[in-house]
Amino acid sequence: MNTTKKTILLVDDDQDYLYQMKTRVESFGFQTMLAESQKEAEALIESTKPDLAILDLMMENEDSGFILCYKMKKKYPGVPIIIATGVAAETGISFDINDENNRKWIRADRFLEKGIRSEKLKEEIYKLLKINS
Amino acid sequence: MSTLKILVIDDEPGIRSGISRILRNFRVDYPFMEEAFDFEVVEASTGEAGIENIEKDKPDILLLDNKLPGIQGIEVLEYVRKKQMNIIVVMITSYASLELAVKATSDGAYDFIPKPFTPQELKSSIENITKRVFLKKMTNKLQETGKQIRFQFLSVLSHELKAPLNSIEGYLQMIKERQAGPQLESYDYMVDRMLHRITGMRTLILDLLDLTKVESGKGKRDIKKIRLADVAHTAIDTMRPYSIQRDVRITLHGDENIYVMADSEELEIIFNNLISNAIKYNKDGGEVNCTLSDSGHCIEILVEDTGIGISTEDINRIFDDFVRIKNEKTKHITGSGLGLSIVKKLIDSYHGTIEVSSEPDQGSKFRVKLPIDAPCS
Repeated sequence: MNTTKKTILLVDDDQDYLYQMKTRVESFGFQTMLAESQKEAEALIESTKPDLAILDLMMENEDSGFILCYKMKKKYPGVPIIIATGVAAETGISFDINDENNRKWIRADRFLEKGIRSEKLKEEIYKLLKINS
Repeated sequence: MSTLKILVIDDEPGIRSGISRILRNFRVDYPFMEEAFDFEVVEASTGEAGIENIEKDKPDILLLDNKLPGIQGIEVLEYVRKKQMNIIVVMITSYASLELAVKATSDGAYDFIPKPFTPQELKSSIENITKRVFLKKMTNKLQETGKQIRFQFLSVLSHELKAPLNSIEGYLQMIKERQAGPQLESYDYMVDRMLHRITGMRTLILDLLDLTKVESGKGKRDIKKIRLADVAHTAIDTMRPYSIQRDVRITLHGDENIYVMADSEELEIIFNNLISNAIKYNKDGGEVNCTLSDSGHCIEILVEDTGIGISTEDINRIFDDFVRIKNEKTKHITGSGLGLSIVKKLIDSYHGTIEVSSEPDQGSKFRVKLPIDAPCS
């Protein structure tokens, strides 16, 4: 793996989820930067470019994740984005990222369930960052 | 303006054109209806043509003669009933066939108009039907929005209940995998966070119980003459340990002898929520002032704090279900986001009002007004 540590931006309004993700992601050997709201994340990406971002969907707004995703892709088109959500299980709404129509406007690279196992998460991050495990 | 479609099935051209003429410029309008109704009349001379039209045009009202050349009126009625169509059927019958009218009514006809009828008779029958159509539309609409709100509530609720469980599960998983090493102390933070989330979840469940009471317990409401100061004291005493912990001083001002007709448990919910918020969102060493007053027809409860305040953009949302104002200052405060929505619902049920004014970093004021003689719904 690359010797310079890649930085992953984690955004979630649940501080415990954020802490747990931080611990997991750091255990994979990455650096993290954290934001607890859409607003905080927007301020953060003004000054820093992460190598990858994992965003919660519902924060201040129920589509905060999409808004952030849009703004990130505009500013840093090459940075891969994962939207982590528990929405599908709760409301029956599910977004199919492979659907051409959704892809056009959502622009996230992956949708992951929040309960995803560590190995799977690591695998997805590696894939998006094009790292060979 | 809404237009109701009326289909007239009658083999006598005179009756058909007569009805068309009478209803052409007829309008039904009541103060309680949001909009007036007018009518569009379509004619058919046989039952068969009528059924064709029913399928195509979906009329709201059907004026139906029984004696028709082909199939009889009663068979058309049967057709409408079997297909469970949402059409109000009125039979046009001669006085001689009263028996038929009775049968038609038991088969689902809404009304019958005896032949010959005057324009006034026709109009008053149509007027009644219109009222019924309107009420039906309203009920459907209310049920629809009710369902939607309930669905929204449940999906947010499941999110709110799942979040602490997920968080606790996450920490337990980390502990199980000994992710912080062999030292027990390394896990203190995680244990504290789990306990914190459990407290939050318990608050949510207690608030949900209050909410259930508010929304379903109307029959059990026990309205009595209550001394407001008694309820205020109880609430303040309940919150005492918390206020001591935060070093917040609570003072009760105003007339100790104000009475109001209300359910004491419900009043307690109002006081508890307002006072606990005033402590929760206060600064350490701050103050809470609760003032009771009486203006003749209503009583007023004013709860003022010296806390973090609420920004103007947030102030309009605070009475909604599950709204919690999230910012740097509220980050470590637990709450279900239901307290104020419960308070608002309760106050509404007494036809009272609640107003809030706030200055960020100076404090908030909640002013509740309740009518003295609770005209309860």
